[in-house]
Amino acid sequence: MKTKHITEAVMHGIFFACGMLAIAFVALISLYILTAGLPAIGQIGLGEFLLGTVWQSTAAEPKFGILPFILTSIWGTLGAILIGVPVGVLTAVFLSKVASPRLAGIVRPAVDLLAGIPSVVYGLVGMMVLVPLMMQVFHLSNGTCLLAAMLVLAIMILPGIVSVSETALNAVPPEYEHASLALGATWMETIFKVSLPAAKSGIGAGVVLGVGRAIGEAMAVMMVAGNVPNMPGLFKSVTFLTTAVAKEMSYASGLQKQALFSIALVLFVFIMLVNGLLGRVLKRGEDKQ
Amino acid sequence: MSTLQATLGAVSARPAGEKAAPARLARRKAKSAVLLGLVYTAAALTCALLVGLIGYIFVKGVPHITWQLLSTAPSALKGTIGILPNLLNTLYIVAFSLLVALPLGVGAAVYLTEYAASRRLIALVEFATEALAGIPSILYGLVGMLFFAQMLGFKTSLLSGGCTLVIMILPTIIRTTQESLKTVPASYREGALGLGATKWYMIRTIVLPSSLEGIVTGCILAVGRIVGESAALLFTAGVGTVIAKNVLAAFGRSGGTLSVALYMYVSERGEFDVGYAIAAILMLLVLALNAATRLVRKTMKRKEGAQ
Repeated sequence: MKTKHITEAVMHGIFFACGMLAIAFVALISLYILTAGLPAIGQIGLGEFLLGTVWQSTAAEPKFGILPFILTSIWGTLGAILIGVPVGVLTAVFLSKVASPRLAGIVRPAVDLLAGIPSVVYGLVGMMVLVPLMMQVFHLSNGTCLLAAMLVLAIMILPGIVSVSETALNAVPPEYEHASLALGATWMETIFKVSLPAAKSGIGAGVVLGVGRAIGEAMAVMMVAGNVPNMPGLFKSVTFLTTAVAKEMSYASGLQKQALFSIALVLFVFIMLVNGLLGRVLKRGEDKQ
Repeated sequence: MSTLQATLGAVSARPAGEKAAPARLARRKAKSAVLLGLVYTAAALTCALLVGLIGYIFVKGVPHITWQLLSTAPSALKGTIGILPNLLNTLYIVAFSLLVALPLGVGAAVYLTEYAASRRLIALVEFATEALAGIPSILYGLVGMLFFAQMLGFKTSLLSGGCTLVIMILPTIIRTTQESLKTVPASYREGALGLGATKWYMIRTIVLPSSLEGIVTGCILAVGRIVGESAALLFTAGVGTVIAKNVLAAFGRSGGTLSVALYMYVSERGEFDVGYAIAAILMLLVLALNAATRLVRKTMKRKEGAQ
C-alpha cells in the first residue's frame, strides 16, 4: 500500500515538472535574448541603434543602424499580408461556403500540403523562378528585391490564413445566413455582408498569426531578398531583421556579434507584441460569444 | 406577427422608388457574380500554386536523384557530391528530438488535463506554450547556440541542434496531446477510479491508450517541422557533411540536415541541381508525412464509429 502512495506522489511530481517546462523554456529564451542583446545597445546607444540608417558592421569605423532592417521587416510583412490575406480569406470562403463537400475535400488537403513545405524549398523556387521573373518583368539588373520577398512570404502565410479563416467561417451560426437569405439578399451578399463580418475576430487572429510568421521567416527571405542593408524599396535588394542575423552570425565577432544579438532582441520584442495582439484579438472574440 | 410584418414592410419599401428596382437587382446580381468569380479565382490560385510548386520541384529535382548522390559523402578529391551524411543526420536528429520531446510533451499535456487544479496555472502554461509556438526559428537557433553550444559546452553538434529542436516541437506535441486527452470521456476515468485504480494506473492504462492517435498525429507534425527546419539548425547543428563512425560520434560533431544542406548547396556553392534533388526528396517526405497524418485520422474516426 505504501509503495503505491509513493509511486503516485512521484508520478504527480514528474507530470508537474513536465507541465512547468514550457514556462521554464520561455523564461530561458527571454533571459538569453535579453542578456545577449542589451550590451551592444548600451554601447551603441538606443537611438543610434534603432534610428541609424547605415549598417556597416565590418567597416574600419563600424556603424550599427538597424532602421533599414526594421522598416524592411515591416514593409515586407505588410506586403505579404496585403497579397496573402485577400487570397487566403477568399479561399476560406470557397472551402466553407461555396465548394461542394467533395471539391472542398480536394482543395483542403492541398492547402494543408502547402503548409508543410519547408521554407528552404520556397526559397529555392523563389530564387530560381521568381527572381529571374522580376528581372524580366521590371527590367532590373538584379532580381533579388523586396517585392520578391513579399510574394514568397505571401505564399508562405497563405495556408495558415486559409485554415484559421475557414474555422471562423464554419463557426458562424447558420441562422444569421438564413435570416439574410430570407430577406432577399443573394448568397454572395450574405457571405460578404453577414458571414465575413460575423467571423471577423477569427479572421483577425489568422491575420495576426500570418504577421508573426512573416516577421519571423528567415531562410526563404534570405534566398530572394538580396541581403543588402538598403532602406526598403520595392525593387531594391534589402535585408530583413531575421536575415541580418542569419547572414552575418557565422563569421561575426566582438561588437558586431553583440549587435546581431541586439537585432534578435528587437525581433523578439516585435514577436511578443504580435503575440500580445493575438491574445487580445482571440479574447475579444471569446467575450463577444 | 405585427413586428414581422413591420420588418418585411421596411425591407420591401425601397427608397429610390419601384422603377429603379429591376436595374438595381440586375446590378446586385452582377456584383454577386463578380464576387463569386473572385472566390473561385482565389481557390484556383491556391491550388495552382501547390500543383505548380510540386510539379516544378519534381520535374527539376527527380532526374538529379542518383544512387551516387544518395549513397556517398561529398568528396573533394573526386569532385562528387553526396547527401548520405545529411540523410543520416536528419534521421538521427528526428529520432533524438522525438525521443526526448515526446515524454516531456505528453507529460505536460497529462499534467494540464489530469492533474492541474489551478485555472490560473493552466492558463499560464497554455500562454507559455503559445509563446513558444510563436517564436521564430532563427531565435531558437541563437538561444540554442548560446545555451546548448556555448554555455553547456555541447559545441556546434547534432546534440545542440537536437536539444534546440526539442524545445521547438514541444508546443506541437503538448497541444495535439492535450486536444486528444480532452476527448477521452470522463466516464472512462470515473469507471477506472471507481474500480479502485490509482490515478497513475488510470492514466497509464485508460487515458493514454485512448488518446494514442492524437499523440501519433502530434509526432508526425513534429517530424514534418524538424525535417523542414533550417534556421534553427544553422548555428546549432551546423553544416557538417562527414559520416561519423557510429551514432554516438555523430551527435558529438557538426552535422547538417537535408534542409540545411539544401540551403548550403544552393546559396553558398551554387549547386542548383543538388538543391533541386534535395528539394524533391524533402517534398516526397512532406507528402509521405501528410498521407500518414490522414491515415491516422481515418483510423481514429473509424474507431470512434465502432464505439
